[in-house]
Amino acid sequence: MAEEGERKAALEVQADGTDGNCVTFVLHDEDHTLGNSLRYMVMKNPDVEFCGYCITHPSESKINFRIQTRGALPAVEPFRKGLNDLMGVCQHVLNTFERSMKEYRAQREEEMQ
Amino acid sequence: MATKRGTGEMRDRVVLGEFGVRNVHTTDFPGNYPGYDDAWDQLRFEEGFRVDVVREEDDALEFDMVGIDAAIANAFRRILLAEVPTMAVEKVFVYNNTSIVQDEILAHRLGLIPIRADPRLFEYRNQGDEEGTEIDTLQFQLKIKCSRNPRAAKESSDPNELYFNHKVYSKHMTWVPLGNQTDLFPDADFRPVHDDILIAQLRPGQEIDVLMHCVKGIGKDHAKFSPVATASYRLLPDIALLQPIEDEAAELLQKCFSPGVIEIQNVKGKKVARVANARLDTFSREVFRHEGLKNLVRLARVRNHYIFSVESTGILPPDVLVSEAIKILMGKCQRFLNELDSVPME
Repeated sequence: MAEEGERKAALEVQADGTDGNCVTFVLHDEDHTLGNSLRYMVMKNPDVEFCGYCITHPSESKINFRIQTRGALPAVEPFRKGLNDLMGVCQHVLNTFERSMKEYRAQREEEMQ
Repeated sequence: MATKRGTGEMRDRVVLGEFGVRNVHTTDFPGNYPGYDDAWDQLRFEEGFRVDVVREEDDALEFDMVGIDAAIANAFRRILLAEVPTMAVEKVFVYNNTSIVQDEILAHRLGLIPIRADPRLFEYRNQGDEEGTEIDTLQFQLKIKCSRNPRAAKESSDPNELYFNHKVYSKHMTWVPLGNQTDLFPDADFRPVHDDILIAQLRPGQEIDVLMHCVKGIGKDHAKFSPVATASYRLLPDIALLQPIEDEAAELLQKCFSPGVIEIQNVKGKKVARVANARLDTFSREVFRHEGLKNLVRLARVRNHYIFSVESTGILPPDVLVSEAIKILMGKCQRFLNELDSVPME
């Protein structure tokens, strides 16, 4: 189903290097929808050396999401920034879409009269 | 100069060659192209992004999203298909079914009927909860019995004359309010979206008496919960004529594309072909079958211009569906941001 009732970790760390620069996150109940869009946003970050995701098995709905940073930046930072940037994109898309719908309807009202 | 133009095409066009498609993947990540700053810049994105609504009908919406990447456009499409919730019949309590449609087939058909109920007014049912509560369940009843018409003519063979109620339509489904639903939804009218969906056929003496529970669910769980008839997108076509094409070649070129794409103008007495409206083309690639024309045309698609087509099943209007899909993607991001903040990462 969509949302779980009891407390279940949606995010855990599967493997990480000694200094926190390379981390593999396991995201539960996710697939290409969030995986690919988040991968795109994290790749747009110039501090990221490697970013990729894979679906471990098609019968399980979880993805392994790996981030490697260049330099001494902990890998959680680009992950957080990617999520925030994706939220920003969605918010802007929502605002623009609703504004365009309003303008389109207003224009059609005018044409009808 | 030439290299800048070459990389320009690589960055923003997907080229359709004769035997394959080139430049498919997004490559504009930081560091790939010297001289380009590809790091994520919200302001640059906002300047380049726009949404143009092309057509809106009752249940169908066509709009353009320009300036966004495939990953995010595809995420919206996937969410529209599988993760926007709706209400649909989940449990069917069969009290009497003497029709020739088996119980499970009847239940399956009832589940696929779209129910006009705003899913945002309801909650998901808790797992393991067998009884429905008024905040997560809608109850419908279908009680119908077929009988013979005593006043029918003796030689008539038309079932509409001979029998009463021999066709069971979705308009025979009636809402049975649970608990305080009449107070919660005073002017709500919960019924199937379409009245004329044929559920089963009966003959005299057969009857169907079932009680149905509708719950909120998503398309990932079962396709009956999907709110769209379909949601798809295509990229904007871009047709470039590499050399001027005249006379018979121009006529042939016009026939190679969908009507309205190529128009023929009269320039100084000669007929010259010009691309009028590339958006109408469906890219049948007929040009590549003509030796004389195939090197004179470049077929491509604009990488960041998506023509979305959303057709709703009638439960929610299509623009509401798109807004909900965007909010669901935001919800997913927020969920992981909350997880990051609540669990300290070691």
